[in-house]
This record gives sequence, structure tokens and C-alpha cells, in this order.
Amino acid sequence: MSTSSVSKGCFVFKPSAKKKKTHKKDSLEDYFSHGCEGADNSEVRFKLCQDLWDQIKTDTEVLQDELNRKILDSLLDFTRKCSSTRQHSDWASQMRASEIPTAALVLGVNVPDHDMTFQSLSELLQQSVSPHVASVQAKECGALKHLMKRVLERLMGTVVTVDDEEEEEAEQIQLHKSVHCSLNTLCDWYNTKTKKSNTVSPGKKRSSPVRDDPQQPPVVVIFKDFEAFNPKVLQDFILICSRYIERLPLMFIFGIATSPSTIQHMLPHSVSSLLCIELFQSLSCTQHLATVIDKLILTPHFPFKLNGKVMQVLISIFLYHDFSVRNFIKGVQLALLEHFHSQPLSALCCKKKEALLNVMQLSNSHLERIRHLPSFKRYVEKQEPQEQGNLLTDDAHLKDVCQNLIKDLRKYHKNYYPVLRCLHTLTSSLPRYPLGKQVRELHLICLEKNVWENEDYQTAMKLLKMLAKDELIALLQRCMETLEPVKSKKMKSALVQLKDLLAKLKQLDTVAAETLPCPEDCITSPVKNLQKKTDLFQLQKTLLEMNESRRAKKLSPFEVLRNEALEFMDGLVKSHLSPPETQTLYEVCYYTSSATVRRHLNATPRTSIQAALSSPYYYLQNESLKTEDGTVSNAAPDICIAYKLHLECGRLINLYDWLEAYATVVSAAEGNHPDSEHFGKVEEVKHARFIRSVSELEFLGFIKSTKQKTDHVARLTWGGC
Amino acid sequence: MTALLEHPGYEEQRLRSSAEKLPSRELQAGMLLSLMGQPQQYSYPSVFIYGHRASGKSHVMQVLLKELELPHATVSCVECVSVVLLFEQVLLSFFGCDVASLLPRSPSLSDFVRIYRQQCSQTPAKQTRYIVMEKAELLRDTDANLLPALLRLQELVEDNVTVILLSEIVWDKFRPNTGCFEPLLLHFPDYSKAELQQILSQDRHPSYSAEFYSSYINILLGVFYSVCRDLRELRHLAALNFSKFCEPLAEGKVKETDTHKLWRNIEPHLKKAMQTVYLREVSSLQWEQMQQMEEKESGALRGLSAHTHVELPYYSKFLLIAAYLASYNPARTDKRFFLKHHGKIRKTNFLKKNEKTSNHLLGPKPFPLDRLLAIFYSVVDSRVAPTASIFSQISSLVTLQLLTQVSHDDQLDAPKYKCAVSMDFICAISRTVSFDIVKYLYDFL
Repeated sequence: MSTSSVSKGCFVFKPSAKKKKTHKKDSLEDYFSHGCEGADNSEVRFKLCQDLWDQIKTDTEVLQDELNRKILDSLLDFTRKCSSTRQHSDWASQMRASEIPTAALVLGVNVPDHDMTFQSLSELLQQSVSPHVASVQAKECGALKHLMKRVLERLMGTVVTVDDEEEEEAEQIQLHKSVHCSLNTLCDWYNTKTKKSNTVSPGKKRSSPVRDDPQQPPVVVIFKDFEAFNPKVLQDFILICSRYIERLPLMFIFGIATSPSTIQHMLPHSVSSLLCIELFQSLSCTQHLATVIDKLILTPHFPFKLNGKVMQVLISIFLYHDFSVRNFIKGVQLALLEHFHSQPLSALCCKKKEALLNVMQLSNSHLERIRHLPSFKRYVEKQEPQEQGNLLTDDAHLKDVCQNLIKDLRKYHKNYYPVLRCLHTLTSSLPRYPLGKQVRELHLICLEKNVWENEDYQTAMKLLKMLAKDELIALLQRCMETLEPVKSKKMKSALVQLKDLLAKLKQLDTVAAETLPCPEDCITSPVKNLQKKTDLFQLQKTLLEMNESRRAKKLSPFEVLRNEALEFMDGLVKSHLSPPETQTLYEVCYYTSSATVRRHLNATPRTSIQAALSSPYYYLQNESLKTEDGTVSNAAPDICIAYKLHLECGRLINLYDWLEAYATVVSAAEGNHPDSEHFGKVEEVKHARFIRSVSELEFLGFIKSTKQKTDHVARLTWGGC
Repeated sequence: MTALLEHPGYEEQRLRSSAEKLPSRELQAGMLLSLMGQPQQYSYPSVFIYGHRASGKSHVMQVLLKELELPHATVSCVECVSVVLLFEQVLLSFFGCDVASLLPRSPSLSDFVRIYRQQCSQTPAKQTRYIVMEKAELLRDTDANLLPALLRLQELVEDNVTVILLSEIVWDKFRPNTGCFEPLLLHFPDYSKAELQQILSQDRHPSYSAEFYSSYINILLGVFYSVCRDLRELRHLAALNFSKFCEPLAEGKVKETDTHKLWRNIEPHLKKAMQTVYLREVSSLQWEQMQQMEEKESGALRGLSAHTHVELPYYSKFLLIAAYLASYNPARTDKRFFLKHHGKIRKTNFLKKNEKTSNHLLGPKPFPLDRLLAIFYSVVDSRVAPTASIFSQISSLVTLQLLTQVSHDDQLDAPKYKCAVSMDFICAISRTVSFDIVKYLYDFL
């Protein structure tokens, strides 16, 4: 490659887009199979992994669209209304100052998620309201000039940029326009555009019947991150736009991350009086996450599962750090990739039919792996001795058993989620939420260990035993609704039982009238006794008796039924909500390495720098660097030695002492004998190496120069050896 | 009813029609006319007109220049993101679009003068040409030579041209250090209440009588005059609320002349409008919808400033709390608040005299990143690893404008921040994480 430049310099040649694409395509699978465990079935796993991810991706997109539908619909209504009221020519609208219609869209602080919302918003707008939509970001509009340029480019360019070939053409037009980019140009462009679409085949463009006003579609400008804009730029832009509002039906959408009052902070009254601001509040991100988890995680449809710890990591990143649903899904994607990459048996982690087929195609080595799975070992130990032998030696038999086990695992999942939801409906309305407010909390508890051994579960059950009748009926009704669509046999029988119970509870009213006479006398008699005796000991005794008798009191029919219902639920929980670790072959579906996920998603730069400096073997993997804990081999890189030595110092480090110590260590590494003449002598090379490592440490922020003492540097970190 | 504008050299018919369009501004218009002189006469090189918002500056200029059909160019300085646009618009309106394209890619002032002279030697001015610059205060931010050159443009281009600058700021704030040609100053005073009444009464609703509308304006001004004298805004408010005013009339409850009853009906409504639409708490569209709805339903609609609640991730909340503490506590008191065994510091010793004034009155102070993190680690109740996402949360708080970076962006080493949230806001935030922030604030000790 050559340039026309005469001067010397450094030139960047970016590879063309086409080349990049082709290169990427064939390497994706290579990347996957490179260094992956048990490479022989990596193709299958890669395919499975990709299919699953595609499914997750489309599902979440659909979900997001559904969640945003309401707010987007109202926004679209607003834009339509605005563009239609503009044409009114009655007295009031003539007298009114012509304001620019503005939608303030409050989206919450999870800025990474907003992209998708704006994407679908601008697509919807383009489909149903107006083809003229431009969205701008703060970082590309530092000055008013740039903002103008971007808006004009996007508006005028959208019509042209369709294919790669036309892109260049569009660029040329844009360049030409940027010579005098003013709204005047935009007005002219808009007029020719609307005129053209009016004359040339109106039926062709009007593809959607919703477009109510094809002559004067509004020009929509979306400010994606309102807070980040320079207030001055924004104010000027609005002022300019308001001058053209008569000729150009403009409209703004502000994407606001914090609260709508920022509009008033950023725009003075003289500017905000030019806008007609309407507020739109989107769903909170916690609700969004709840729906995503509900649809993605708490369902038997996805064979891939996360274990408790991984879930915990992902959820805590969400709650503690970013509130970003997109990042949560990325985390799931990472876990998915890692699982299929590192677990050879993940080939069985797919739909039932495929899984059964894949079982038959397992190679010897994979069967061996199955035999080494801890959950399988546990299973084998429970079998008869002869069966044990069969399982460990006969491959065909093992395959048969595996098929059954996979089926069992599927059944487990099919029953687990409905029961989990039932339990959640029962406990989510209890005071102080002993088992969590959200399903995901309950799910985490269940993944951890047997939920019925949990103390909170006991308290929840106690609280449930105090429920009033109508509450209980309502809750059971809702449980019934969750069980209804489930197709497994066990759930169907459970549903029948539950219906039975409900019917009995409802009949209670009619039955109760007949069994009203209550055995009151058993309570009254001790009270009578009480009046006679005045001895303290006796009093205590009678009181205890009274208590006993009350407890032993005959239960009312409702209480009997209530206990029955709760015992039934308890039974369901005990038989279906055992943690996945108890299931045989759970390793196939569950991803367990929470440390990997944490390391990738929640990077700790300082910890890794310190790890690199204190144990260079960790990154360099050089045998000679291997040492015991806490020490550094003297063959380590210079900076590691300097770092190790500086840890032994106090807040101020004497440079000369440090140099001496360094020279001693390095001499030992060179193999000089401690008694020889040159040992520990500072020569030029060592001196230079030392200075370099010190300045590297300074660059990394461990030390800095100080004026307190000459020849000293100050330590910036605490702690040491 | 209005004093007629009189000046030789202009048609009387035109003068009369323009006088009708300029109620309460006859004096200023007459003054301008006498400054302008007859069309073919040379006029003063530059005129500077100032007055508050909506005091009729642009309106008077537009009406005069349009009605009298004088050659003119009107430029809004907000729009001129670069001087090119300014030059282009002037050349375009005087000499046509062919000339405007003669300008080189990034023209200097002398390019403009050269082309102007070239053109005006071909088509010399028969009448005075006027260049009206709206929002002239923005000219101060452009190249230093632009304003002085515009003020004596007549001399530079040797043509009969007058530059008229319109601004809301007095001339004293314009004068460059190096000195310049002094323009003629002309002040447009604010409209008085009677004048506002007269002007607003002019745009009456076609289906109602003039007296009726005038009485409406009277009531409107009675409510709004104390807070707003902006004609534009008042006209907007009048249009918005007129339908409500006419409501009892349409229902047949009162007659047009029964002003007292009409007043009783509209007054609370206007008061409400003052708190909401005027401050743009609700948009005018929503206001109109509210008028159609019943009273009880409209209570559900909340203004913009009512939504101040911000949902933040857990650690972001603590970072914000730490930033608030660092901004409002003196750095030397950190030891007392955040060290477990800080020893006994006597309160009297501890409080210095000059620090008695509330830090909250002085506003937030900048603090370095180290201090923020040190406070953060001591207020957050669990052990937090110093992960990358903690640091990225700080920068996202900056983009959300909850923190502001004081030092320059380029300074990577020890950046400084300020906390930009209010006391109420931080109290609400700390309540959600059950952190008693008042206990940690030096001002409330």
C-alpha cells in the first residue's frame, strides 16, 4: 500500500469491510474448537451453542419489544397527534406560540440498554409516522456546528444509504452539504421531498395505512442521552429550530436517564417555553429483569441452566453495578459459551429428541467421562452390584441408562418450575417476605439446598397456617392457574388434587352451618377451677393445662382443610424442589463455574496487576519462575523484583537502599558467588534496569516522587509482605 | 387613534399601514424613520437597539422594512454557527444566490468585503441597504474583528448600507477592548400594563365581541402581570385559557356582560395555570386535555419537577453518598467520621471558627478521586473488590450529571470531582440504603 504523502510518518491502513467479514466467518468455529475440551464433538456443540444463543437473542428481543410496546405506542400517538394538530387553523392555535412538540422519554439509568429501545423506536417511527428520523448522541455533537451537521446528514442521508455502493454517493452529497449546513437547507430539502412524494405515485409510499398525513410528516430528532449534551449547544439548537417551526414540522425526543427535572436544570425558561414537553415513563429495569428471568431462566424450554452461584454473580452484577439487562444477557451468553466450550458432555444439553440421538453417538471417551461424573457415581452406588458392573463395563447398557436419565432430568425440570411458581405465589404475599419478594430469590434458595430444610421456609409455613379462608382460596386459585397449562403427568394429578381441595374449601360454608355447636365446655371448666385456687404453683399448673387444652382443641373443619392443603403443597415442594445437584447427570445442563464468570464480567485491574507482579508465573507460565507462596524467584522480571523489594519498605523509600538491594538480588540471579568481588556491585546496566523498573512502577501508580526528602520516593499503596 | 408616522420620501399609505401594525411603538418607529432619512439618503452606519425580550425590536424593524419595501437582510446570530452563514445570507438577499456561491470555502471578513465591493460597483444602491442582526450579543463570541468591522461596514464597502444590531443587553457590555466605532443607541422600553392590554386585545376571537375579549385580557393581566410581562408568553396563555373562560357562556349560564361571574369562574383556573403551564411543568397540549377532563381526574397529572426520584444501582448510591460527604465535609474531619479509633477530639477544638459558616451555604467543594474511594470503602457495609465496574460507575455518574468533573478531561492522574446533587436528593438516596447521612455531615454535628 502506498500513500501520496511526501512526508515521513505513520499511516493507518484499515482493512476493507469485505475482507473483515469473510475472515471472521470461517474463524468463529475455529475459535470455538481451539483449545476446547474433548475436541472430537466440538462441531456438534458449536452448533448447539449457536442455536441456543440465537434462540435466546430472538426471544429477548421479542420480549423487549413487548415490554416497550406500551410506551412506544403512546409515544407514537403523541407524534401523530402533534403532526395532525399542526395543521389546524382555528383561532386558538393561531394565537398560540408555536411550540416544538417534545417527548421526554424517561428510561432509567441503565444507559447500555437504551440503544435497543431507541433502535426499535426509530424503526417504528419510520414505519408508521414519518420517514424523517434522525438520532444523535452527545459524544458526536460537541459543538453546535457538529450537531447541525449530524442532524442534516442523518435526515438527508437516510433516504440514500441503502447499499454499499450508494454509500459513497451519499457521502459525497453530505460533504457538499456540510459547506453550508443550516436549517434553511433542510427546509428546502424538506419542501422538495414532500412535494415529490405528493406528486409521484402517492400509493406507492403509503405502505402502512396508519400514516395519517403523508403530505406533512414530521421531522423527528432523537437526542439519545440528554444529560450528556452540552446545555449551551442544546439551547442554541432549540432556538434555531423554533425559528423554522412554521416551515418545518420539527419534533424532538429526549432520552432521559435520571429524572425529568434535568430538563429544567439544563434549559432556561426562555428556551423551555419554546417546547411543548410531554413525559413518558418506561418500565423500571428491575421489572424488566424480572420478566427476562421469568421467560429465559425459569422455564424448562431452554435446556441450558445456570447453577445458584453463577446466577448469584449475574444478579449481583445487575443490582450492585449497572442495572443493565443487556449486560445480564451478555453474561448468560458468556456462561453458555463457556459451558459448551469446556464441558464435552454438553452435547447432550439440547432438546429431548436430539439429546437422545446424541446419547447414542457418544464415543468411548465420553462414556468414560460420564462414568467419572460425581452425580453418576452417586447413582451407581445406589444400584445393585450386578447393575453396577454392567454400568461400568457395558457401553450399550450405559447408553440406554443415560437415555433414561436424560428423560428423568427433563421431567425434573418440567415439574420444578411450576411448583416453584406455586410456592412463590403462596409466600410472596406473606409479611416480611420470608422467602423473598421475587421468584428469582426463591429460585436461588432452591438451587442452594433443600428448601424445606430452610428456617425461612418453616416460618413461611407457620405464617401460611394463619391465613384466612378467602386469602387461602385466592392463593390456591392462582396456584391452580399456574399448574393448569403444564403437561406433565405428576402436575396433572396434583392439579386434580388441588381442585378437590378448593371445591371442599368452597363447600365449607354450607357444611359449616350444620357443625356449628362448638365444644365450649372444655375451655370453661378450667376457668372455673381457677377462681377457686389461689396458690401460685397451682395457678401456673392450671394455666399450662389451659394452654395444652387449647392446643389440643378440636380443629374446625376449615383448619383441617387448611392443614391438608398446606401439607399437600409441602409434599409437592419436597418431591419436586430438590436442588439440581441431587439429579443424576445434572452436569450436562448446569454451568457451575461462577469464578470464571466473575473474572470475565467484573474485572479487577488492580488485583491482576498485583498478581502479575507478585507471582509472575501466573501469567508467564515459565517453569523457572515457579516459587512457593509469597516469594519471588530472583530470575523474575526486573519490575517484579523491584516491586517485591518495595513492599518491604515503609511510606518513604530510600532510592539508594532500594538500588543496593536490587543489585544484590540480580547478582544472585546471574550466578555470581556471594563472596566474589563483583557481587552486589552496581554497574551501569543494572543501574539502568533498576531505573527503568522504578519508572514503570511509578507509571503503574505504586510510587511517586516526593519533596519531603531528597533521594526518596513515596509509596502509594498500603500493606506489604 | 394612533399618531401617524410622518417622513418625507415615503408613501403616506405605506406609512399609515405600518403605523397601524405598531401599536405603542410609534415613538420608536418615528425615531428610527428619522434616523433612516429618505430612502436614497445615506444613513448612519450602525444603529444599536436594545430592550427586553418581546419589547418589539424585531417586529418594528420587520414591519418598517417590509412595508416600506426597503432592501434589507435579516440575520439571526444564533443561527450563524460560522461566519460563512452570515456572509452568505447578506450577499444572498442583496445580490442573489449566484453571488453567494462566489464565497471561498472558509471566507474571511476581507473576502466578504471584496465580493461586496465588487458587486455593489456593478449594482450600486439606489436606496439604503439595511442589515439587521438579531441577538447581536452572540457576535461578541465570534472573531474579534467581526463586530468592529460590521459597525463601520459603510466605510469598508463604500456603499449606502446600515447595520442595525438588536440585542437584549446594553451596549456597554459589547464595547471591545480595542475600541470601535460607536453606534447610535436606541432603547425600547418595556410595554406598560395599559399597552399590553391594548396589544393583546387586538387579537380577539372572531366569534366574540371586542369588549368581551378585552375584559378577558383584563382579568388575565390581573393574574399574570405580576409574574410575566413577556408579550409572547401572555398571548400564548391567553389563547390557552380562553376556551375555559367562554365555557359558562356556551352553557348559557351567564351573559357576556356579567364580568364578575366570569371572573369568579376563571380566576382559580388561571392561578393553576400560573403554577403549571407558565413554568412549563405540563405542556400546553396536556393543559388543554386537562381542561376537557373533570377536576378530579386532572389531579393525577404531575409536573416535570415532581419526578425527582432516580433509581440507581446499589454501589452507585454509595459512591454518590461518599461524593456528597467529600464535597460538604472539610477534608481534615474525615478522620473523625471514618476512623474507628479516632481518639477523643473535643468538639470545641474540633470546630474551627472560620468554619462555622455552613458548608451547605458555600456549595460543594472539589475532591480528589482517592478521597472519594477512601470514604466509599468506609461507608459501604460489605467488602467491595476494587473492580473496573466501580470505576466505570463513577464516570457514568458524571455523564448523568450527578457528579461533575472539575479537572480537565485530559488529566488522568488524580482527577477531581464535585457532587452536584441536592441535600433532599441525597437524603432520599441514603434512606433507600438505610444509611444515616446526617450523622456524617459536619454541618449538622
